[in-house]
Amino acid sequence: MQWDFASVLANSDALLVGAMGTLRIFAICLVAGLGLGLVVGLGRYSRRRWFYWPATAFVEFFRNTPVLVQILWFYFALPILMPFSISPLAAASLGISLNSAAFSAEIYRAGIQSIERAQWDGARALGMSFLQAMRRIILPQALKRMTPALTNRAIEIFKMSTLASAVAYVELLQQAKLIASLNFNPIEAYTAVAVIFFACLWPMVQLTYFLERRLARDE
Amino acid sequence: MYVWDFTPVLANAGLLAQGLVNTLKVTGTALACGLVLGLALALMRLSRRRLAAWPAGFVIEVFRTTPPLVQLFWFFFALPLIIGVEMTPFLAAAVTFSIQSSAFFAEVFRGGIVSIERGQWEAARAIGMTQPQAMRRIILPQAVKRMIPAFMERAIELMKTTTLVATIAYADLLFAANEIAQKTFRPLETFTVAALIYFVVITAFSLAARRLERRFAVSGETTVH
Amino acid sequence: MTILHVQGLAKRFGSHEVLSGIDLDVAKGERIAILGASGSGKSTLLRCINFMEMPDAGTVTLDGKVVGRRERELTAVRQRIGMVFQQFNLFPHMTALGNVMEGLRTVRRMPKAEAAARAERELARVGLSDKAAHYPAHLSGGQKQRVAIARALAMDPELLLFDEPTSALDPELVGEVLGVIRALAEEGCTMLLVTHELGFAYHVATRVIFLADGAIHEQGTPDEVLKDPKKERTRAFLARHKEFSL
Repeated sequence: MQWDFASVLANSDALLVGAMGTLRIFAICLVAGLGLGLVVGLGRYSRRRWFYWPATAFVEFFRNTPVLVQILWFYFALPILMPFSISPLAAASLGISLNSAAFSAEIYRAGIQSIERAQWDGARALGMSFLQAMRRIILPQALKRMTPALTNRAIEIFKMSTLASAVAYVELLQQAKLIASLNFNPIEAYTAVAVIFFACLWPMVQLTYFLERRLARDE
Repeated sequence: MYVWDFTPVLANAGLLAQGLVNTLKVTGTALACGLVLGLALALMRLSRRRLAAWPAGFVIEVFRTTPPLVQLFWFFFALPLIIGVEMTPFLAAAVTFSIQSSAFFAEVFRGGIVSIERGQWEAARAIGMTQPQAMRRIILPQAVKRMIPAFMERAIELMKTTTLVATIAYADLLFAANEIAQKTFRPLETFTVAALIYFVVITAFSLAARRLERRFAVSGETTVH
Repeated sequence: MTILHVQGLAKRFGSHEVLSGIDLDVAKGERIAILGASGSGKSTLLRCINFMEMPDAGTVTLDGKVVGRRERELTAVRQRIGMVFQQFNLFPHMTALGNVMEGLRTVRRMPKAEAAARAERELARVGLSDKAAHYPAHLSGGQKQRVAIARALAMDPELLLFDEPTSALDPELVGEVLGVIRALAEEGCTMLLVTHELGFAYHVATRVIFLADGAIHEQGTPDEVLKDPKKERTRAFLARHKEFSL
């Protein structure tokens, strides 16, 4: 057979639109997922029941259901309860962000727990409040330990962004589908997006390896 | 105020059940093939022969660093044209998820194998074992025990990932839910029920996994009488 | 009768020359204690003899046949030369009996019942019949090392290599392991023993070798080397081991 990437290149503007879509949803979910995850993670660490139990239920539910089911639920089911409709971007972002929040919450919790008690004692002895100690003393140290796991989460979020195509959100994979059906070149179209994803994710994966090695060396 | 009505979903319970069976079928197939292939990839990657190590490394890296949905589409839409063979959704899903999970399993195997102390290799070699004998009798049994938590986690991830087959019209649980939602105009109830089924099944699996881990953690350390 | 002949054995790790041309003949029934400061190449010499480390140069001749570097020759040689490690290296997922049976079953392909019977005899020989069903995690260091000795003995080795067999043990556990090695010596086992127990070496060895800078610096009977060393470095080494009492 003949590979014909010209037909893909001819549609590079469509791919560019897709790439912008991928980046947009990635950025939204990265910020929302890791940000909300911190709140949930603090809840998982908290001794207050009204904070701990909802956080735990949240984590258990979103970790133990497939993210695609969550996306379809937000897209097809949620609007029925809402007075407004939900866009593909909103549904996909909700699903991916909440899912990532549940996973990153456990990273935050483990990271915070890994800091020795003595650090807390030291901070409290200076007269810091819980939140001050957390923000100034504990989190900065914990974050360093969590970085490899969090970069890993970022990679997962990037990969999950393709699921938005299931609700017809315009991103790279969705555009590949479009190009493939218009030009009858699924081999080239899908190979091209696979290569694009690989090229974007490869450096991130290498960064994670590097961070893991550096952390192992420092500790 | 919206009035919930689950009767249309219950009327189609058979479809959902069949969907769940199909989900488990894909998961089981990919798990079995993925483990075998993963061990092979790990052994190749650990080999001193570049001809074995590099291709294995390539497969592992590519399948770990590209989105599973892109892989699935490639195997379903592109591969059949390249090799000229008709692909059913089940076959495409089984192949994709087998290879994809094997890439992850390979790294789990590799991590477990390299975590075994050098002295174990030496003791095995010192009584005259060949490399494969030492691997099979001494290294792997110890490594596998250490790998069990990671295996369990991967298996559960795999089950969640199989929902992607719904996008190529394989009648798994999610696809069945989508069908029912469209047929009955009750997406809220249907997708909620589907999500709950996944939640129950996956939670049950992770609880079972945790128990199994605890069992394995103590066995072998105790005295046999 | 010479059973092992080592000639020109050399080994370097990177730019560091660990062994620089060792020549050594071992006769049947000989018990050779190898002494030397840490880093003198004692362990490496032992590990090159059964090819745990690949020598860079030189030959090892066993029973008149030069050992080649093919996997089959190496595994065959290792079956005939037993090795006991400093860190025991027992297989943690097998019982004491399983550890001793392992070589017989996997390497010798011996039927299970026969291997078990043989393994029980070897455990009895090191005085651990009652620990046969225990996993290594439930054995003391001394017991672990005795199981490791039984594991080596089960293969009927023509030569036993002991690589600092008591260095990892608590002082009160050293005696039981040395006792087992002494009993083997009395049975006439041929052995090479790297050790820091000079008193033990004096009483058990038929020959003592002092290694320095990867070469044999001085050798002779225990009386010659340990009581009346000719070379300055040997004397200095012995002087540093003040606890040495003959």
